[in-house]
Amino acid sequence: MNHIAHAHDKHETAQLGFWLYLMTDLMLFAGLFATYMVLRGGTAGGPTAAELFDPTFALSETIVLLLSSFTCGIAALALRYKKQSLALWGLGLTIALGLVFLALEMKEFAEFYSEGHTWQASAFLSSFFTLVGTHGLHISIGLVWASTLLGYLIRSPHHDDAHRKMSLFALFWHFLDIIWVFIFTIVYLLGVLS
Amino acid sequence: MIHTLAEGLLGRLSLDYLPTEPATIGAAVGLPLSALAIVAALTYFKKWRWLWDNWLTSLDAKKIGVMYIAVAIAMLLRGLADALMLRAHTAQAVGDNSGLFTTDTFQQVFSAHGTIMIFFVAMGLMFGLINVALPLMLGARDVAFPFLNSVSFWLFAAGMILINTSLVIGGFSNGGWLGYPPLTGLEYNPGPGVDYWIWSLQIAGIGSLLSGINFTVTILKKRARGMTLMKMPIFAWSVLVSMVLVMLAFPLLTVSLGLLSLDRLMGMHFFTSDFGGNPMMYINLIWAWGHPEVYILILPAFGIFSEVVATFARKALFGYRTMVAALIAIMFFSFIVWQHHFFTMGAGANVNAFFGIMTMVIAIPTGVKIFNWLFTMYKGKIRFDAPMVWFLCFVVTFTLGGVTGVMMAVPAIDFQVHNSMFLVAHFHNTIIGGVVFGFLAGITYWFPKIFGFRLHDRLGKYSAYAWQIGFILAFMPLYALGLMGAVRRIDHYDDPSWQPFFIVSAVGVLVIMLGVGLFILQLAVSIWKRKELRDTTGDPWNGRTLEWSVPSPAPEYNFAIEPDVTHRDEWWYRKESKLALPKKSSYQDIWVPKNSGLGIGIAVFAGLFGFAMIWHIWWLGFVAFLVVVALIVFRTYADEPERRISAEHLYHLDKGRKQ
Amino acid sequence: MKTRGVLILAVVLAAIGALGWWLLRDATLDVLQPAGNIAEQQRSLLIVASVLSAIVVVPVFTLLIVFSVRYREGNKKAIYDPNLTHDARLEALWWGIPIAIIGVLGVITWQTSHSLDPYKRIASSNETMNIEVVALQWKWLFLYPHQRVATVDKLIIPVDVPVEFSLTSDAPMSAFWIPSLGSQIYTMNGMTSKLNLIATEPGSYRGYNTNINGKGYASMDFMVEAVDKKTFVDWHGELAKSSNGLDWTTYKQLSKPSTLDSPKEYALHNTSLMHAIEMKFMPEHAMNGEIE
Repeated sequence: MNHIAHAHDKHETAQLGFWLYLMTDLMLFAGLFATYMVLRGGTAGGPTAAELFDPTFALSETIVLLLSSFTCGIAALALRYKKQSLALWGLGLTIALGLVFLALEMKEFAEFYSEGHTWQASAFLSSFFTLVGTHGLHISIGLVWASTLLGYLIRSPHHDDAHRKMSLFALFWHFLDIIWVFIFTIVYLLGVLS
Repeated sequence: MIHTLAEGLLGRLSLDYLPTEPATIGAAVGLPLSALAIVAALTYFKKWRWLWDNWLTSLDAKKIGVMYIAVAIAMLLRGLADALMLRAHTAQAVGDNSGLFTTDTFQQVFSAHGTIMIFFVAMGLMFGLINVALPLMLGARDVAFPFLNSVSFWLFAAGMILINTSLVIGGFSNGGWLGYPPLTGLEYNPGPGVDYWIWSLQIAGIGSLLSGINFTVTILKKRARGMTLMKMPIFAWSVLVSMVLVMLAFPLLTVSLGLLSLDRLMGMHFFTSDFGGNPMMYINLIWAWGHPEVYILILPAFGIFSEVVATFARKALFGYRTMVAALIAIMFFSFIVWQHHFFTMGAGANVNAFFGIMTMVIAIPTGVKIFNWLFTMYKGKIRFDAPMVWFLCFVVTFTLGGVTGVMMAVPAIDFQVHNSMFLVAHFHNTIIGGVVFGFLAGITYWFPKIFGFRLHDRLGKYSAYAWQIGFILAFMPLYALGLMGAVRRIDHYDDPSWQPFFIVSAVGVLVIMLGVGLFILQLAVSIWKRKELRDTTGDPWNGRTLEWSVPSPAPEYNFAIEPDVTHRDEWWYRKESKLALPKKSSYQDIWVPKNSGLGIGIAVFAGLFGFAMIWHIWWLGFVAFLVVVALIVFRTYADEPERRISAEHLYHLDKGRKQ
Repeated sequence: MKTRGVLILAVVLAAIGALGWWLLRDATLDVLQPAGNIAEQQRSLLIVASVLSAIVVVPVFTLLIVFSVRYREGNKKAIYDPNLTHDARLEALWWGIPIAIIGVLGVITWQTSHSLDPYKRIASSNETMNIEVVALQWKWLFLYPHQRVATVDKLIIPVDVPVEFSLTSDAPMSAFWIPSLGSQIYTMNGMTSKLNLIATEPGSYRGYNTNINGKGYASMDFMVEAVDKKTFVDWHGELAKSSNGLDWTTYKQLSKPSTLDSPKEYALHNTSLMHAIEMKFMPEHAMNGEIE
């Protein structure tokens, strides 16, 4: 096997591995979702989901994250068609939108916290902060990843590996988007409905 | 001022946590001393370089496998010492006699015993054997992600070091191997013991999760040309099924331990009794991992026995297709039975009946496997080398364990034996009889492939006999004790008529220790007599699968020429049809990954992170976390260095061997 | 060589058998010597399951021995047929037999899960009696709200009267088990579990905690006295007049972690004690402080 085929093979292997990793991550979130569903009623006399959540605010977070997923997709496509500068812009925007999302989430957390609705107040709030916070942690890791990727793209935009590395990141970012859609539906929408 | 400074620097770490009881002081002094002795010996004999270059930084799956097994055997000794302490204590602790240890020590010891045996012995032996045998059996040169493999191993090692650190300072959890809250929550257990338990498992568990991904991809992507899934050796099938279970179940362990640690570190209320917390949720979550875990361990052992029986009966495995079907069935059902671990929690008759019946259903494919093994022997030409003796002991012991398992699957029976010594006897019956015997057989079977010489056969058999007799002595009395009303985890009892049973059980542990001693003696004698035991052919057992087609010890690249597979028992087929030697033109250059110390680096800082969380040393936790992230980022963008082995060189090596 | 091996095996088996006999010669196996209807049914079930399992185990052990001896390498008379690698009929047989056995056992499981459900009241000509059970660190508190008495680490019940235990915990999760009477059940904070048992023979039996709940766990065993109705009535009648009363204040003393040397008896002054103990863990009360 020559070296190029070898590299291609390696990428395919890595991609399968990454898919499987996402599956394990999905199981992790499944555990957190199940815990949230079970503990949702455990408000210990504190506020319930319906009293606490503002679905419009959550919707704005959703839109920001969906947009970032879009720009991320553009970046991945651009790289495949060798449009390096578009890819850089796409990835840069993704990072910016990701930061906005994190800032919004922080704002929400800070508000709850300052009103005394901390993770120590009830099982419901523990599971809320943990579920949404774990997603936020993933987003932060994604942002670190995206930043290093951006650096890499600026340094060696024409490297064969560039679009492979980018495609893995895009997969991760879309995955987080899907998780968020579940959070939006189960935590915020259903929370307000019940 | 000084006080707050110390707290800032050291968290709650202080000399107050040093052990105070003679037995625990002994461990606390002995452990660092023996570590020191090893370090001194390595320095004196100038072996550090050799160890670092040839082992610690190696990305060769076989070497990683050997390291897993070495760690696991060391931990087996620790776990056995724990077992002996427990049974020596209960042999005496009746009436006015309070036994050898304090209750607190006793409870720590049984918690450590269970945790170590499952996570650091059984899992270690399993991943070790998979690393050693799987790529070779698949006709592959390596696993899918060699570097990740090293990270997995070192995370496992970090967890192991963390759990043993608890002996030196802080003590261990007293909440049993699965640590049910609220007993393990802050309210009842504020000390560092439970945190040691959480973080050693969390770190090792993430290593296992990564291994699950790694081996699944290895099987799906790295098989030799022509090896379809249905031509894979059955061991590879068992690993595939087990690794899928790892990927599905281990995230739930991560969640269970993670949420419990959030309760403990941040005052959350997942599993507390008040503020709306729900300890039952923890029990569900941890068993949703815990039950598949049992099958994660046993399935590869089944795979090993399938290979062993076929090899030593000199007959292809009977009913290969049904074996695969049985494996898949077990995988599926193992995920919908977890509730049988707590029939007595009051879930209601319908739920209990459903989970009880599902549990029994697993006995069907398991029974099928046993009959298939038996009929592999039928009309065979059986040689009874040590691996085959392990197999015989396995069938006897495991079948009985299966029977008591089916009994306990009936909720109405379980109500009378749950959490009694009957339960303790049952799961040792399956885990020792299935998992331990299987992995010891596997070590004996593949040893020559890795080291180039066989293990001393007679000592191996003696070891198996001692294990078998020791098992009967140690655990049959526990079945009786369970029916007499003795519950698990007691450090004291009032009924003097129980004592003879506990004494016999303690003697049984001694006999098992004799079995382990004989196994280690077998290793020593084999090394001593390695010239006589040398495996010159690469195929000491007249094997059937591809690992026996390469010389022993197997070269780092496994196969000089990547094999083309046409048959299920490819090597057997080739021997029967006497294929010609490969031509020079069929040799090509091979690229193997260069060593990397980064895996150790990541694990060291992951371990430090765990230590920081246990002792509330926040700055250290923060720094260690950042370093782990930085190392991962660094690795992602670094070129993966590889080393070329030339075709010319390979050709000459093989030519030299075949002539 | 061969005969020596067989001889050693026979001696080992005989020795283990003799040891087993010596151990069991006059042991009391509570689970197999039931003193109540529930435990009796559970024993029968245990026997049925063992017999059904034997249908598979006996052939497995027999085949293992026969094949090992017959098809050993040294036996030149045996047929060697390396091509015999599957047989649809045989394989169907050993899928079929376990399926049939599990089918039978499954039906039994379904039925007994319902008939022996710990929550199910026991049919009897006598009226069911209520006893409330609280697991403490590390003792058992028994409350008889109707008889207005309470005991610790000692349970007195009338023979032939079905008892419904309502159980909770003011300790980490514990479990209540009287092997001679049958069925155990977990006890948890802020929750009530139920267990229905009946003693059909008078006598003293031992009860246990089966779930670890801290240091004193092993000493959480207790005596159960199954007495005739008159003795029972006399006992609680006398005790209810006792000056040694149990109310919230004495309870708080009692519930502190400790082990007892001997059982205690009280007149029960506060009949809603059980409810109060459960409410301790309820969120509203956790916010508003303790109830008295």
